[in-house]
Amino acid sequence: MANVGIVIVSHSPKIAEGAADMVRQMVGDSVPLAWTGGNPEGGLGTDVASIIEAIGRAWSDAGVAVLVDLGGAETNTEMAIDMLESGRREKVVVCEAPVVEGAVMAATEASGGATLDAVRRTAEELSPT
Amino acid sequence: MTPFFPHDPVPKNNVMHTGSALLTNDVGLHARPSVKLTQLAKRFGAHVEFSLAKNGPWVDAKSPVKVMRFKAAKGETLHFRASGSDATEALAAIVALVERGFATDGDGSSQTPQV
Repeated sequence: MANVGIVIVSHSPKIAEGAADMVRQMVGDSVPLAWTGGNPEGGLGTDVASIIEAIGRAWSDAGVAVLVDLGGAETNTEMAIDMLESGRREKVVVCEAPVVEGAVMAATEASGGATLDAVRRTAEELSPT
Repeated sequence: MTPFFPHDPVPKNNVMHTGSALLTNDVGLHARPSVKLTQLAKRFGAHVEFSLAKNGPWVDAKSPVKVMRFKAAKGETLHFRASGSDATEALAAIVALVERGFATDGDGSSQTPQV
């Protein structure tokens, strides 16, 4: 089974791309990875259609873990997940974790072939309890 | 918790193998080395733990977050212990990784980027 995919969603395309660079350099190429950030006008924000596309680029039958930054990034990601076809929708989770550290930790877990649930739990270990 | 390996007879399972390696790379066990250590440990079925002292406290080498939180500098010795059917192979591979300064095996570069 393929490794779980990782999607990074930030209001800032620079943050999203930079976090993805860190994942690629530190974890390697064994994990499907995509990022999205900014609104269609080129400003800070997130966009549901772009998030759906990013999930598609990072798609894995093992599932996709999404890291988000603030507010709208999370609500737009939830909306994007709701709009996925049945059968895919159930295999995408949003991790309650800081976006940069969470992406690297989730990808590290995913690179060892862990399940989607294990990947999410590892990312969420970073959050204060 | 004792890990259970269904393919492994129980008595052999209880044998704890140990090893150690000196941290020689300049940054010690920092971000990128931590990820490499975790990824390598995950390739083995064995339960692998490490510590700065021979008697612990022990950290699960397969936990990305616990390994990342672990602080160890150049010049310190990492002690490893492992149990399970491939414990000796796991220890040999991990000790070799630390001893070569976390350089990726076979990529010809001895210089690990300093993250």
